[in-house]
Amino acid sequence: MNSSDNSSSQIDADQDPPLVQIEGLTFRRGQKVIFDGLDIDIPRGKVTAIMGPSGTGKTTLLKLIGAQLRPQAGRIRVDGVDIHRLGGRALYRMRRRMGMLFQSSALLTDLDVFENVAFPLRENTRLPGGVLRTLILMKLQAVGLRGARRLTSSELSGGMARRVALARAIALDPMMIMYDEPFTGLDPITLGAIVALIKRLNDGMGLTTVIVSHDVPETLGIADLVYVISQGKVVARGSPETLQQTDSPWVRQFMRGEADGPVPFHYPAPPYLEDLMGDAP
Amino acid sequence: MSAIVLPEFELDDSTLRLRGRWTVDLLESVDKHLRRPIAVPADTLVIDLSDVERLDAGGAWLVQRLVSDLKEMGKAVEIKSANPESAALLSLIAKQRDPRGCSGRREPPPFLETLGRRSVQTLHTAYEFLSFLGESALTSLHALPIPRRLRPRMILKTIEQAGVAALPIVGLLSFLIGVVISYQSAVFLRQYGANYFLANLVGISMARELAPLLTAIIVAGRTGSAFTAQIGTMMVTEEIDALRTMGIRPIEILVLPKVLGLIIALPLLTLFADILGIFGGALIGKLVLGINLSSFLEQLAQALNVSSYLVGLAKAPIFALVIATVGCYQGFKVQGSAESVGLRTTQSVVQSIFIVIVADAALSILFNWLGI
Repeated sequence: MNSSDNSSSQIDADQDPPLVQIEGLTFRRGQKVIFDGLDIDIPRGKVTAIMGPSGTGKTTLLKLIGAQLRPQAGRIRVDGVDIHRLGGRALYRMRRRMGMLFQSSALLTDLDVFENVAFPLRENTRLPGGVLRTLILMKLQAVGLRGARRLTSSELSGGMARRVALARAIALDPMMIMYDEPFTGLDPITLGAIVALIKRLNDGMGLTTVIVSHDVPETLGIADLVYVISQGKVVARGSPETLQQTDSPWVRQFMRGEADGPVPFHYPAPPYLEDLMGDAP
Repeated sequence: MSAIVLPEFELDDSTLRLRGRWTVDLLESVDKHLRRPIAVPADTLVIDLSDVERLDAGGAWLVQRLVSDLKEMGKAVEIKSANPESAALLSLIAKQRDPRGCSGRREPPPFLETLGRRSVQTLHTAYEFLSFLGESALTSLHALPIPRRLRPRMILKTIEQAGVAALPIVGLLSFLIGVVISYQSAVFLRQYGANYFLANLVGISMARELAPLLTAIIVAGRTGSAFTAQIGTMMVTEEIDALRTMGIRPIEILVLPKVLGLIIALPLLTLFADILGIFGGALIGKLVLGINLSSFLEQLAQALNVSSYLVGLAKAPIFALVIATVGCYQGFKVQGSAESVGLRTTQSVVQSIFIVIVADAALSILFNWLGI
């Protein structure tokens, strides 16, 4: 992208440089190329959705943004800082400003709801007990689970666990929050609640939101900007409206959920005959 | 309910009649017979499927293999009376051209290749373990000046779980070992009239070697495995990733309290094992050799100098370090499945016991060399 060079040189002129700038990101796992020169800008204060079929490395992308993985080439700048050049302590300080919601919720199983939300605060701050309690009750109120604070994580339903994880992710008042497949495996009511919650947190707290998802209608409903990635590249970018009227056959296949099309049904494999004739394991 | 009809075939001149249920779970019996070439007198063979109760992909594959075999022998084959579904299935299988995918045996890799792979793997593991050790050491260096970051509460929890809870089993086993040693040696000591040297034998062997080693092995099985399973499960449920995104170093919160706690707990457990082992020896001395307790203790005080006692206790923190770091390291190596947790837990126990014994041997040589 040429525009990214311009925008970085005009940081002062541009009132709102993107919060996250991904430039020429290349990442390989063994022989398999996951990203091949990926360029993505995530604007501040907006809901940005990164969509693509499963297996395109959406979760990997979030891990790269959080510097849990290192790219082979390219860079990711978060709030103007190249995240992969940060040393240990600075990196951990940066991570505290980036909340993340895991697909599996990843609550700490030996702690109850209250302590799970309290955990990042206890670890990273030295607040007196009263302030801590108030802050946590506020976060739990925001996700509607103030009354469930003494439940253990095994007593929570999937939807509740995700809301607790959300409360935990915003416990440190991060500047951005990344959602990994927030809509999968939820009943319609919980789904609606989560969608509304994501939107409300984004607008109410002035957060920057990144959603990684393949649930088309829910994501398009709240996203301001959508990137569609496939085979390591951005194949489409734009507002939900423009994407729905796209004439790219690939994007259309994805948006409408057709089984076969430009995206092949088969995972890359050696010729079928060769495989059948091969040795038994 | 109709009984399951096994698949069968019958050759009748120029017709091969198939009967029964040709499904994958029942094919084994006919497969054997169809592997050998069938002697067909006529030039044309009709395979009659009209009596086949059910045909699934496995059955169709078998039929198609037969067809290919016969065609290779120069026969013309005709398939008759397949219902539309079977016919569709057969033509689908036939599209794979030759369905006789040989199920040949896999060649075992050559010896040198296996050896090379194993060596590289072992080197890689050693490298990884050393980097883990280095990272842990660095983290503890950062955490040491700030007492709060050492997490006293979690250290106490480790001491309770690994130390206090292990007292009964460690006590009982070392008592029994003390009993066994003195019982075995009592006979010989009596022959030479050296009854009073029982205290030397039990005291030195327990305090110098057996108590530290025995305690370390019990703790490796009890606590090292628990460390691996706990961290491993947290890896599977992404809790470790979640900690990282919250800006918390997993090593600081999970590894350091365990290592420090065990370094405190293991020497205390060893001391406890010393006492109970010697007590077991004294009991047998009283019962079998008639040495009363006060003269046993007197002899013990002369035989067991402070340095042998300290040599035994000094090993305990080293063993604790080995058990805790191996346990935690294996936990972090878990990848995504319950099976991996089990595998790593086993590895953790085996490796820590192995390293403990090797370290014990090395320390014995070192102490001997230093003349302690």
